[in-house]
Amino acid sequence: MLSRSLSKGFSCIAVAAATFGFALTSAAAEQVNIYSYRQPFLIEPVLDAFTDETGIETRVVYASKGLVERLEREGRNSPADLVLTSNTSNLMQLVDEELTQPVDSEVLEENIPAQFRDEEGNWFGLTTRARLIYASKDRVKPGEITSYEELADPKWKGRICTRSGKHPYSLSLIASMIAYHGEAKTKEWLEGVKANLARKPQGNDRAQVKAISEGVCDLSLGNSYYFGKMITNEEEPEQIEWAKSVNLVFPNQDDRGTHMFISGAAVTKHAPNRDNAVKLLEFLSGEQAQYLYAEKNFEFPVRPGVERSELIQETMGEFKEDDLSLTEIASYVPAASKLVDEVAFDF
Amino acid sequence: MSKQESAMGSSPSGRRWFWVVLIVALLVALPVLSVFALAFFPEENIWPHLWDTVLFHYIGATLTLSLGVALCTLVTGVAAAWLVSMCRFPGRRFFEWGLLLPFAVPAYVIAYVYTDLLEYAGPVQQFLRETFGWQTSRDYWFPEIRSMGGAIAMLSLVLYPYVYMLARAAFLEQCGSIRAASRSLGCSPWQSFLRVSLPMARPAVAVGLSLVLMETLNDFGTVDFFAVRTLSVGIYDTWLSRGNLGGAAQIACSTLVFVVLLVTLERMARRRQRHFVQSPGAKRDYYVLRGGRALAATIFCSLVLLGGFGVPTLVLLQYALGNFASYWTDDFLSIAGNSFLLSSVAALATALLGLLLAYGKRLASGNTVRALVGFSKLGYAMPGAVMAIGVIIPLAAFDNTLDDFARRYLDTSTGLLLSGSVFAILFAYTARFLAVSTGAIESSLDKVTPSMDRASRSLGRNSWQTLWAVHLPLVRAGILSGAIVVFVDCMKELPATLLLRPFGFDTLATYVYQFASDEMLERSALGALMIVLVGLLPVILLSRAMRGRGDDTEEKPAEVAELPTTAAIG
Repeated sequence: MLSRSLSKGFSCIAVAAATFGFALTSAAAEQVNIYSYRQPFLIEPVLDAFTDETGIETRVVYASKGLVERLEREGRNSPADLVLTSNTSNLMQLVDEELTQPVDSEVLEENIPAQFRDEEGNWFGLTTRARLIYASKDRVKPGEITSYEELADPKWKGRICTRSGKHPYSLSLIASMIAYHGEAKTKEWLEGVKANLARKPQGNDRAQVKAISEGVCDLSLGNSYYFGKMITNEEEPEQIEWAKSVNLVFPNQDDRGTHMFISGAAVTKHAPNRDNAVKLLEFLSGEQAQYLYAEKNFEFPVRPGVERSELIQETMGEFKEDDLSLTEIASYVPAASKLVDEVAFDF
Repeated sequence: MSKQESAMGSSPSGRRWFWVVLIVALLVALPVLSVFALAFFPEENIWPHLWDTVLFHYIGATLTLSLGVALCTLVTGVAAAWLVSMCRFPGRRFFEWGLLLPFAVPAYVIAYVYTDLLEYAGPVQQFLRETFGWQTSRDYWFPEIRSMGGAIAMLSLVLYPYVYMLARAAFLEQCGSIRAASRSLGCSPWQSFLRVSLPMARPAVAVGLSLVLMETLNDFGTVDFFAVRTLSVGIYDTWLSRGNLGGAAQIACSTLVFVVLLVTLERMARRRQRHFVQSPGAKRDYYVLRGGRALAATIFCSLVLLGGFGVPTLVLLQYALGNFASYWTDDFLSIAGNSFLLSSVAALATALLGLLLAYGKRLASGNTVRALVGFSKLGYAMPGAVMAIGVIIPLAAFDNTLDDFARRYLDTSTGLLLSGSVFAILFAYTARFLAVSTGAIESSLDKVTPSMDRASRSLGRNSWQTLWAVHLPLVRAGILSGAIVVFVDCMKELPATLLLRPFGFDTLATYVYQFASDEMLERSALGALMIVLVGLLPVILLSRAMRGRGDDTEEKPAEVAELPTTAAIG
């Protein structure tokens, strides 16, 4: 008796809710829903181009933390179709938690070289970025530093700036050091770098270059595209000055190559608009989007043959990339995080 | 604990109120309970590693920051409150309400602004370099804004109004004759302040301070920006770069120890204050400041106000006006509308639930009820993003259960009814800020003598009717001031909003964050300014409610009943 009336009540709520929900979803045209760890200014131009071409609307939630957890809890009812990330660890995490679905697309396989995508098709890299050393034009002679390893050389004491060791970008580089040199050697190196710091790790990659232009330090670590973002910044012209105060060093050209990582995307397991999500992925790997990425964001297209932006060609030229598997590097990230604590890098 | 109260507790209505308290408290504690639950399932035990490496750095930073902010807000808040309440000096009438203004400024916004101003490339250092011909930062010393000291300054500049507000109400409430007596017994004004007025105001000041400290523990935006690595940073690190949400939940839970400590202290402080409002005091005696002292008072208040409000607002204004037309769009207005609406509804909800909790606690006294009410306040100190995960867990579980049911029996899907909508944000706000409104109403209710209850009940009203007819009018101002603080807090809330918002939904806080975090302060300025402006409305309301009590007590005896209620937050 009780359960009957209870279930009746529930049905009423459910029906009401369903009508409400239906009204909401049926109102929307063709769409694709994105959870994005990448910042709006980086992806909006490309998404707009996608809508222009296909008529499919994109809707985005931007957050720097917790989207994977949200996706996990939402389960099969999650409205999200695609997750955009700025590093490999988020992608690995998605795969580990079984929140993705494999995508089998000839277009994607053709556009994206094998080392930049998951074998099973669970994630795809869209752009690559290089972790560079920015060196003061005035105070560091060209060729004075050529590798990440040399950052621990005592001659740089009090001359290095960097962002927090816990940031995914830093962790990725440290993880790659572990992959090549093992934990013990990497710890020694990290201690050396810490001893050379001009100030406590703080700010983002851009802030470090600014610090160089201000004379606070002579070397910093930063991603390649920030250089392009600064040297072309008409809204805040002082950033052009920052960029002009540094030379770009592509480390380890004589051995393994410069550390690279990717931004990427994965289609969610329960994507309600799966086909549109795949379309968007294919678009993002296509010539136009890849060109936009290169032109507007100064990232390197993953798709071979897409021209790098003029500015990139001018300032960065060709360089040797470290091609160690990104999956392997990502597997050392937790160990890297521990090392950062052990040497109290951030304190 | 008086006999009447315990007698009320065992009455049938007292038992009914016990259930009301239980249900409300459990409901709002759901997110906190979810986080507790998470804490039982860590990916790996983080403590040995933390203990060996950075735990004491985190704790040290947290303690330094808390102590620094506590000290600064205490001195600033109490001094300012004393000056405007008890002294006469030029500008006092303006400062009376003006000193509340910084309350509307989010700490992360003022951190952005001052960094922009005081860093090497900023106008201040540029001016110094040009004047003295210095070339690089190696040529001179300038305090580093992005530091522990900077973080203490930023948080203190915008948090001191908590102490100010409560201390001021307490000073106004104090019977002038006691102070007069102390003076006639030979105390100097200073001695009278230190020996009589300050100890009497101590409970109220403690309440304000506990709010300041909870806000400090919870802050992530400012400390992250300034590279001050507190426990709150440790929580995010364990979660994000170690991939250990359970471990993060453990740290979050253990920081709650600090809070339980604070809440207990605050309660102990308040327990002593069981005097009810007497008839309005006789004519007040003021210290009329002249000459240098008056000037010093005016300068002190101006500096505090300039630092916490004037400078940041002017800088933002300058940025916002620079490109006003391109920022002032329909999109922007609808975002502002979102913020306003969400905050209003949350303020209303916390007022209602807070009233139920506070009144329930009054009627159904007992340790269990007190513990429940205390428990419902824990959300206030949970870091925002962790709290957001705590909100998603129960809501999504509910949604998915309902959905399974609907799919099975009705062949339809209900989707994410609660967790996928604005409801999730509202729930987070309510669970987070309920502590503020409950505290406000509690301390208001504390001031209403129990004989009122007995009189009303003996005249045949039941407890609900008594609440409606007797208490509600008396604690109205307490409810209002609690709701106002909640409103302003919600306007500023960032991490939970960021994570819980539905597609295409933004608030002013997320708008500001998105631009400011990419060093585009100018584009974020209009949003920040709007937060401050919208936050001003309630501040003005609040100050109007406090108005007139300062000097004209005799003219407005009717308002005196409201007087203690502003002492209410906490």
